[in-house]
Amino acid sequence: MTSAATATPAELLAGLAEVLDEVAGTPADKVVPEAAFDKDLDIDSLTMVEVVVACEERFGVRIPDEALEQLTTVGDAVNYIAGAAA
Amino acid sequence: MTGTRYADGPVVVTGLGAITPLGPDVAAFTGGLLEGRSGVRLLDGPEFADLPARLAATVDATGRLDRIEARTLDRVQQLALIAAREAWADAGAPEVAPERLAVVVGSGIGGALTILGQHDVLREKGPRRVSPHLVPMLMPNGPAATVGLELGARAGVHTPVSACASGAEAIAYALDLLRLGRADVVVCGGAEACVHPLPMAGFAQMRALSTRHDEPAAASRPYDKSRDGFVLGEGAGILVLESEEHARARGARVHAKLAGAGLASDAHHVTAPDPSGNGAARSIVLALRDAGVSPDELGHINAHATSTPLGDVAESRAFAQALGSARPPVTATKSCTGHLLGAAGAVEAIATVVALRDGAVPPIQNLDDMDDEADVDAVRVVPRRFEHTSALSTSFGFGGHDVSLVLTR
Repeated sequence: MTSAATATPAELLAGLAEVLDEVAGTPADKVVPEAAFDKDLDIDSLTMVEVVVACEERFGVRIPDEALEQLTTVGDAVNYIAGAAA
Repeated sequence: MTGTRYADGPVVVTGLGAITPLGPDVAAFTGGLLEGRSGVRLLDGPEFADLPARLAATVDATGRLDRIEARTLDRVQQLALIAAREAWADAGAPEVAPERLAVVVGSGIGGALTILGQHDVLREKGPRRVSPHLVPMLMPNGPAATVGLELGARAGVHTPVSACASGAEAIAYALDLLRLGRADVVVCGGAEACVHPLPMAGFAQMRALSTRHDEPAAASRPYDKSRDGFVLGEGAGILVLESEEHARARGARVHAKLAGAGLASDAHHVTAPDPSGNGAARSIVLALRDAGVSPDELGHINAHATSTPLGDVAESRAFAQALGSARPPVTATKSCTGHLLGAAGAVEAIATVVALRDGAVPPIQNLDDMDDEADVDAVRVVPRRFEHTSALSTSFGFGGHDVSLVLTR
């Protein structure tokens, strides 16, 4: 488990890329901050729930459903995880 | 609406696909039947150790699907998809308008492995760890939905659920759809994957399973005096059906005609077969009438024959009742494959198509000492050649479902 509290944004991004590969087979080079989960990465709503749960386990944070609505891009998710751990 | 209606005329089989305990495709399946290979093994995992019956006929689906494709599909959906891809390719990937392509895939139990596995997750890790894919993976229409999505079928996706008759009922329903003009091509069949301690414990408590643990390959022995129950199997069988006119117009190769289907129900007992074989017999008579085939024209019967003491005898009475003095040679696919439950009727229809096409009935394995009560002309030891143009496949399920299919060359 990567601790979100001590990880750099680059490490969080790399961790998220591993989660996306595991859950959805997303190529790592597509996981860039401006990529939108639905439009660019083809992550449907069910798979997004899996991504969230995997991130919670990996980074030791909690991502409530209310927050999920604001996580449009990979950058949104990295920022949220960093903020949730701070 | 696009496409032409082909409501009249014969329905033909143009594509076959199967993943069975005998191997990865139709060739391995039907070749294995002629060679008399067994797909049955003793389950040696610790989770099966306490079960009174530990035999099963499993399939190897390793590497058949992409990792990501597989992880949101229950095993029963995976097997259906693998068989559907083979069948679709075998049919030459017909060009058909999506609005004229239908899917009918039955399953006896549905996504049992997912529901049981996720129940463990719920208990051990809580509701937030339960997969968001749980519901589409456990639903009994999951295999049909998966195949429908794969092929882009928009004329309807259907799922008959009638236990061990599901696969045959799916084929019968597909025949109806074509005759009613609701589709030009129908992809149909059945799938099952429930080799898990819980369903096996349930079947074992019914005393329905063989416990011949010291001889797995000899455990499924329809019509033999010492048979002691069925062997649970898994797998999928898929057929592509279309009107003969549609097949001819696109220059498709035709394996056989699906000439008729007959459905009945016992209203006798939820699991025990009607000992008189009455419902089964009526389904056979209806199928022959639908096909316009007389008992004398039948060259072969692919019997349901599960290797249970009661079922095999009841079915043999149904043959006598429905066919009179005609005694077509009988084979029992389950002697090699075990009982694929909701997939059984589909893979056995495929075996019947291939037997008709090649003019050879595969022998029943393990039939050393014929039960005198089951009075059938059983094909034993070596395949038997036949010249007739018609064959019958029967399927029966818990719930008292009786389905018979008549295929012709």
